[in-house]
Amino acid sequence: MSTFKTKNSRREFIRNVSLASGGMILSFNWLASCSSSERELKALPKNWFELNGYLKIGDNGLATVMSPNPEIGQNVKTSMPMLVAEELDIDWNNVLVEQAPLNVGLFGNWQIAGGSRSIGNSWVPLRQAGATARKMLLMAAASAWSVPVNELTTSDGIITHKLSGKSDHYGVFAEQASHLEVPEEVELKEIADYKIIGHSKKNVDGKNIVTGKPLFGLDIYKEGMLTAMIVHPPAFGKVLKSFDASSVINMPGIKDVFTINTFNDEEARGWSDVTAFNEQVVIVGESTWQVIKAKKALKVEWKNMSKTIIKQAGWGGNATDVSIPTGLENTIDHNKNLIDYSSLPLQTARKNGNPEKAFKEAAKVLERTYTAPFRAHNTMEPMNFFADVTEERVILSGPVQTPEAAEGSVATRLKMPREKIEVHLSRMGGGFGRRLYGSFVVESALISQHMKAPIKLVYTREDDMTYGTYRPAYSLKYRAAIDKDNNLTAIHVIGGGIPESPLHENRFPAGALDNYLAEKWVIPSNITIGAYRAPRSNFNASAEQSFLDELAETLGKDPLEFRLELLKRAQENPVGERNDYDAKRYAGVLELVKKNAKWGAQDKKNLKRGVAAYYCHQSYVANVVDVRMDGNKPVIDQVFAAVDCGIVVNPDAAINLAEGGTVDGIGTAMYGELSFVDGVPQQDNFDKYRQIRHHEAPNKIYVDFVKSDIAPTGMGEPPYPPVQAALANAIYSASGKRLYHQPFIHELNS
Amino acid sequence: MAHFTLNVNGASHQVDVEPDTPILWVLRDHLNLVGTKYGCGIAQCGACTIHLNGMATRACQLQVSMVGNSEITTIEGLSENGEHPVQQAWLEEDVPQCGYCQTGQIMSAVSLLKNNPHPSDEQIEMGMSGNLCRCGTYTRIKKAIKRASNN
Repeated sequence: MSTFKTKNSRREFIRNVSLASGGMILSFNWLASCSSSERELKALPKNWFELNGYLKIGDNGLATVMSPNPEIGQNVKTSMPMLVAEELDIDWNNVLVEQAPLNVGLFGNWQIAGGSRSIGNSWVPLRQAGATARKMLLMAAASAWSVPVNELTTSDGIITHKLSGKSDHYGVFAEQASHLEVPEEVELKEIADYKIIGHSKKNVDGKNIVTGKPLFGLDIYKEGMLTAMIVHPPAFGKVLKSFDASSVINMPGIKDVFTINTFNDEEARGWSDVTAFNEQVVIVGESTWQVIKAKKALKVEWKNMSKTIIKQAGWGGNATDVSIPTGLENTIDHNKNLIDYSSLPLQTARKNGNPEKAFKEAAKVLERTYTAPFRAHNTMEPMNFFADVTEERVILSGPVQTPEAAEGSVATRLKMPREKIEVHLSRMGGGFGRRLYGSFVVESALISQHMKAPIKLVYTREDDMTYGTYRPAYSLKYRAAIDKDNNLTAIHVIGGGIPESPLHENRFPAGALDNYLAEKWVIPSNITIGAYRAPRSNFNASAEQSFLDELAETLGKDPLEFRLELLKRAQENPVGERNDYDAKRYAGVLELVKKNAKWGAQDKKNLKRGVAAYYCHQSYVANVVDVRMDGNKPVIDQVFAAVDCGIVVNPDAAINLAEGGTVDGIGTAMYGELSFVDGVPQQDNFDKYRQIRHHEAPNKIYVDFVKSDIAPTGMGEPPYPPVQAALANAIYSASGKRLYHQPFIHELNS
Repeated sequence: MAHFTLNVNGASHQVDVEPDTPILWVLRDHLNLVGTKYGCGIAQCGACTIHLNGMATRACQLQVSMVGNSEITTIEGLSENGEHPVQQAWLEEDVPQCGYCQTGQIMSAVSLLKNNPHPSDEQIEMGMSGNLCRCGTYTRIKKAIKRASNN
């Protein structure tokens, strides 16, 4: 066992009695058994005793574990309580899980679903919470039986004193334990002793999901609640000119039509306060369909935006003025700029050795440019939020990845102290980064305040797709210098975008080359952007790993062995002061996928496969993709994924995430794009925006993990980027066509 | 407003709504049956799939005035407590990630298996291609349908 100090124990483990109060969407989940008859469920206890803010023990031995972080489909509502239950040392079948509301005082400031960090950040504190409660139960039992605490053992929620033969479940000691001081020091289990971590547990909400229980934000209904929708400008670069409320106010069920300004011009906006359309028309009515009809009928006029400056809060607390460009943008211009800007003056991000000399003396230069378009997140559940604002307090409830930031934004906008704001978290119908930007939470609060009634703000699919925080349009130009002896002597990468560069200058292959140059550029835009599943990595991997494939071919090398060769160099003799990856772990996933896919073992003529690997969000993933061409259409027979995310907490759920990331990556590379004509998004629903469907997914996906004792890292994002390049490389193998511009469907059909 | 008597999950329900209201919003806003999900409103995502006289139907395109005496089955009416073999298969394969589309997927899968109890891979893919899953659980959905088919 390792001993851990319970850091900040007073603050972290403060008894919290208000946790379950006021929770209108309080979910109370029997852990997923396949059917209720399969296992006899224990009755609910008469009394619960809170041992710390993360868990309470019932008088019959059941435990309720709070899951602090927002659940967006990354399965933390199951895997985070597993960490608590492991150290509590209880039978998982006797654990109930509740979604915790926002509680910064209790959970600290990491109640966020972003950056694939939930498990990594909670690895120590959640296990400590379980271990602390276990120790308090042991102390209570020692006192009750008058025996030394070190003679007691636990197993599956039972405390045993072998010498006297005494044995009883946790519930017997829960009340007394709840009165004890929180111990200053606890011991944590060794990995070899884990009974829950590393053993697949089913989604705790599984049964509620397949039976259609009200779990999601859109499922929130409350007595007296009204439905609100927004009408926003049809184009980026347009603002409201006027609207005619009389055109809809007399329609059935319509209660009010008015405008809101989401953010105040005087207050600096926080990082998550992203909106392209600060002033919007709001329609409020009794039921959804009535409001949808009024939304279509509303007469509204728009005008071109004039020069706009917004005050943006910086990380250091200093606000800066940000100028938003005017004008109506077009994808046709974006696409030209994505190619042309690489020849303009650039900002150097990293330089090793003398790349200029290497290129000057090169016998051959391989130069390729890769691009990708804007993309909408398109979560299956459109943006929405519930708000009930009175002069005394604010209740907010719904799907947001950043509840703490959203609460802060509402507090600032409504001039209401945080103490008077409650934020409850619903399960989210997808996030992918879109719900990091909770301007819709502020909108819902403003609408409720205006109506003096509880409201649910609902975005239609069209609103959701055309009023987004999109993945930027990206460009990466790669150049490689090859000398007369066919040696790779330098790599030069230029990363740019609208309005953000995708460049990760300290990632592989930086560190593996004596001569390396990374430069970047950006073009400002009035199209709003934000984090999108594996930000920047989601394009970097595709471009970089496609280029390395073509480079390997140019050098006459096997593409997988070529990567290993570069990684060997980066591991043994790294170049530069900072390289943001562990070359050994990187090579580890390539070696694993090489073994699992039997890379190189078959006749090369029959192999229509591609390989790629990438590191992001602290995890490593390598893919081999096998395809065959049906005309211009790739049919994906199988995908191998090799993953190193440290200790795998919930293996089957991690496999599920790797499968999903694989499918999403293929869909991104092949189909998805948001294009603009005069600032108007040209795709506003799933008839025009192509998302990958059943028949386009791989027939088989084989996921495997590198065995590891390293603290766990995230799975939400890392499996998504590399498969895009592995697919492109496989399509080249099958068709002879290199793909440079996403979505690939256009190049395949041209 | 008009008055309608609807046959939903074997019970009779009275609602007063506009005649052009899609059944999706009647179920969600008026009958508190929220297992039927809103995803696109134009029959492109399948999240709102219900059964109309046993046939998979997109509830967002079905106006309340068109329903008459037809039997509507929603996910809540598929089984009392998740015992339907397709729901069981979904749990055994632990299909959902975010879970939002899954009730629509299940309703489509039940209909598919009713018409074709032993579908091939290709028949599953084509039969399910109207149901989007943004999390990409397609390979698990296929496994779950095969599992249900074998039971």
